Amino acid sequence: MSDVCIIGIGIHKFGRTDGVSGLDQGVVAVRAALADAGLEWPDIQFAYGGSDSAGNPDTMVERLGLTGIQFINVRNGCAAGGSALASAQMAIKSGEYEVGLAVGFDKHPRGAFNALPSEYNLPEWYGEAGYMVTTQFFAAKITRYMHEYGVTPTALGRVAEKAFINGAKADHAWRREPVALEEILGAPLVSDPYTKFMFCSPAEGGVALILASEKKARELGKPLIRLKAAAMRTRPPGSFEVFAPSIDIARGGTATRIASAAAFAQAGIGPEDIDVAQLQDTEAGAEIMHMAENGFCKDGEQEQWLAERRTHLDGTLPVNTDGGCLACGEPIGASGLRQVYENVVQLRGAGGARQVAGNPKTAYTHVYGAPGVSAVTILER
Amino acid sequence: MRPIADGLFTDETPPRLIGGKDRESGRIVFPCPPGERFAPHPLGRTGKVWSFTIQRFRPKSPPYHGPEAFVPYSIAYVELPGEVIVEARLAHIANEDVRVGMAVEFIQIPLDPDAADPVLIPAFKPLGVAA
Repeated sequence: MSDVCIIGIGIHKFGRTDGVSGLDQGVVAVRAALADAGLEWPDIQFAYGGSDSAGNPDTMVERLGLTGIQFINVRNGCAAGGSALASAQMAIKSGEYEVGLAVGFDKHPRGAFNALPSEYNLPEWYGEAGYMVTTQFFAAKITRYMHEYGVTPTALGRVAEKAFINGAKADHAWRREPVALEEILGAPLVSDPYTKFMFCSPAEGGVALILASEKKARELGKPLIRLKAAAMRTRPPGSFEVFAPSIDIARGGTATRIASAAAFAQAGIGPEDIDVAQLQDTEAGAEIMHMAENGFCKDGEQEQWLAERRTHLDGTLPVNTDGGCLACGEPIGASGLRQVYENVVQLRGAGGARQVAGNPKTAYTHVYGAPGVSAVTILER
Repeated sequence: MRPIADGLFTDETPPRLIGGKDRESGRIVFPCPPGERFAPHPLGRTGKVWSFTIQRFRPKSPPYHGPEAFVPYSIAYVELPGEVIVEARLAHIANEDVRVGMAVEFIQIPLDPDAADPVLIPAFKPLGVAA
């Protein structure tokens, strides 16, 4: 079967943009992607749009043009962008369409996400007693991981240090200043072992990707960036997810592990074949755990990888080359598509100061969210 | 003092947490979910800290009902051998002294001791330490 290709990319800067709605940030990204692809809005045959808290994506047709297009909204937690992309890929693979759009945007209030027990099928007392706090869960999760695999707080600090080094080189990032490792490690703790530099913040932003069949991409004379795999999965038994009053003693797999395995099977390659990766890093330890869950190293090897700077821009496997969620913040609907945007930039060799060495040919993205969802993509050129 | 919710604690002295046992698979969870699938199942009183963290900022209200004046506290996942790992507060221990693997026993503590009508929440304290 012929591949689905990404022929246009657009982004609205992440962070805080007062006075511009989340939806309008999405529209900015769509217009940029159209220009990048050399297409007009009426050329787009279908769209999938993801947003968690910034309104219904399909309403952007009012801004872009009432062409009667099929526009399906996706709401899938942190996997929204990945789910929009996976759906768009299938729409083209099915033969129904030749060219379409995956768009994601969001705009969250300042401060930690405010979750209520009823949204997660939990009793009210669980929230009253103070457990509906995502940072608390992530901290307890990494504490266990560090205990089992000998990962140190310094390794957590190194992930954040790298994120801010890379973010300083990415125009679309929010945090644009490097922070010294000592400052990261010595900063106030939010939830032990994480300091304030080790968590990302809810943010704003928009990303749009235009996809086309290989035939259409060739007709347009576009360089072929192939979407070799797009897989979305939910959790297996025994995983450890946010807002869990209890967990099983028998530990199981993770949504990430099965999404990753499915994506590698679709693409017909393995972790050792990937040249650059964007891995969900809502907190520093997430990047560490996800290095192993996605198959790039074994549990516990991250300590050495980070000490040897293997995931830096000039390392053997650059990870989160635009600073990831730690430097860009997390607008839920846009975050997964930002990773794919960044990978297209890297595969085109257009990364400028943050371009990874070695002329990358394969690129990997991974998102993970509550309550145990994950989406993975693999691009090849 | 009254429990923060019905069905969390047994009536005995000292009390225990009430989990739920899947009538088919035998899997134990906490708290006991409503419905017929799970039967109420009193949990063991002692276990080991499986993981933990320290909550260093006041959770948002709603939903949090704790005291306005915030003092950082420890929360843990405690493994009750052969049953389940439950999430609860730690009490009668300094935050910096908490370790994975330490032996703990179940107690109830008030969510806000200074409230007009304080409610009791699940907690664990180091095994053998006086409450």
